[in-house]
Amino acid sequence: MRAQTTSKASPAGFVSSRRWLLWSGIAALCAWVLVPIYLVALGALGGRQGVYRWPKTALPTGISLDPFILFLKTEGVLQSFLNSLGAAGITVALSILLGAPAGYALARYNFHGKDSYRLLVLLTRAFPLAILALPLTVSFIKLGLYDTIIGVGLIHTVLALPFAALVTQGIFMGVPRELEEAAWVFGCTRAQAFFKIVAPLALPGIAATAVFAFVISWNEVFAASVLTVRNRTLTAYLLTVLSESPMHYRFAGGLMLILPSVVFIFAVRRYLFAIWGISSK
Amino acid sequence: MTNNRSWIPYLLILPSVAFLALLFIVPLLQTIWLAFSDNGVPSPANAQRMMADINFTRSIKNTFLLTIAVVPVQLAIALVMGTMVAKVGRGRETILWVWTIPLGISDLAAGLVWLSILQNSGYFNSLLLGLGVLERQASWLSYQTPVALFFAIAVAEIWRGTAIVMVIIVAGLNQVPREFKEAAEIFGAGAWTRFWRITLPLIRPALQSALILRTVLAFEVFAVVYALGGRNFPVLVGEAYNWQNQNQNYGVAAAYAVLIMIISLAATLIYLKAIKVDPERLP
Repeated sequence: MRAQTTSKASPAGFVSSRRWLLWSGIAALCAWVLVPIYLVALGALGGRQGVYRWPKTALPTGISLDPFILFLKTEGVLQSFLNSLGAAGITVALSILLGAPAGYALARYNFHGKDSYRLLVLLTRAFPLAILALPLTVSFIKLGLYDTIIGVGLIHTVLALPFAALVTQGIFMGVPRELEEAAWVFGCTRAQAFFKIVAPLALPGIAATAVFAFVISWNEVFAASVLTVRNRTLTAYLLTVLSESPMHYRFAGGLMLILPSVVFIFAVRRYLFAIWGISSK
Repeated sequence: MTNNRSWIPYLLILPSVAFLALLFIVPLLQTIWLAFSDNGVPSPANAQRMMADINFTRSIKNTFLLTIAVVPVQLAIALVMGTMVAKVGRGRETILWVWTIPLGISDLAAGLVWLSILQNSGYFNSLLLGLGVLERQASWLSYQTPVALFFAIAVAEIWRGTAIVMVIIVAGLNQVPREFKEAAEIFGAGAWTRFWRITLPLIRPALQSALILRTVLAFEVFAVVYALGGRNFPVLVGEAYNWQNQNQNYGVAAAYAVLIMIISLAATLIYLKAIKVDPERLP
């Protein structure tokens, strides 16, 4: 509609050049995001020769999957990959199990202390939470949780739980209360009404929350590095071997960290803005 | 809701409260105690040792400079992205997806990505050679080139961290009612005036959230720096990591942690004060 009003007031050439400017800006910003990922992929697939080829071209010459597979076969890589998956799995399970009920309570009930609870949740944002891993080393050694993926999963849940509570609150608010009340009228208990009516409607949103919890854990470096020695997650492993590993291994590691996240962000792209619209209130 | 079931919400929030008490509040207090005690008695020894450390001043300076350089640029790019995408009809989803990809990329991976570009035989030097600016490989990431290293880290941080600001800003922009803009247009406000007088004030809550979140994260910068410059560019969290892992000195590491917390909390309070959000005036 705007384009039409402008086109009446000004010559068509002016409009199309503004359009052109807009789209070249958008294209430039897309390239700014995508080109570096493409280049690190070239680095990961180019092997040792690729790193020292000079000068480089941005064309995919001399690449193959072999260097990447060789990297995967390096001692510790596959294990740390599995550890990352495990820690992220624990984070997802715990943050949904603990966060979703809280989100439901915030969405449906008025209770004393609701504001204090929200304050507690928001307060966690003002702190660099990963730093809390420092004193936890001592407690975790005592509890036998040090250097385990459970320990890493627990601290990552501290990062993901507040987020899950706030986001699920918004999701449950989006499920009409009337539907639930109708189910009570027809004789469902509260639990039945929740699992038969509310849960299926909220499921896609909860799945998106789970994906976010996964990404938070998958990407976390500091706490994972401090809390593990032998059972490293992928980020912790890469960080510790960084200084002694050859360049193309570092690029392969970078690519391996990026790929799952890209897929996941694609999966939840529809929810991204709704989620942040809610949780930035 | 009926009164005889007033215990239900408490039951629902109890697990998360217990969890956060155990793994957020307790470690928070432990960190503070660790930082300000020595062998079980209160003492400023750790703080003194931290301040006497050779990297202390540099790491504070570096962290602050990075934050000051990175956060405004991220906010500006995010606003540009939000304004641009608002004018797009078809293809909007795809564009937004591409722009949000860095949201899923860790700071370590971002550092490694830019390492592949900025290393000596990397793409940046190849480009400069192609343009005739450079005759042989230049090094950007060594301790001899602190300014170039600073810019390299800043670029990697901007590349990675803009996405989260953009998502929050676009979510905020989506909630601005069309009528406000249309009314302003009818009264003859230009695009620039509309942006400063209508849009920006209306997305204050989003601005506030984005700035708080991004600034706290910027003070936490660590893995990007480590991937690009190793130990050549000390930052606060990196120092905490070194004291804990290399020197096995938990007290000084905790002192750094407390310092980072104080800075983050102060930044949050400043934003809360500076960008006042008046719920009554929001649409």
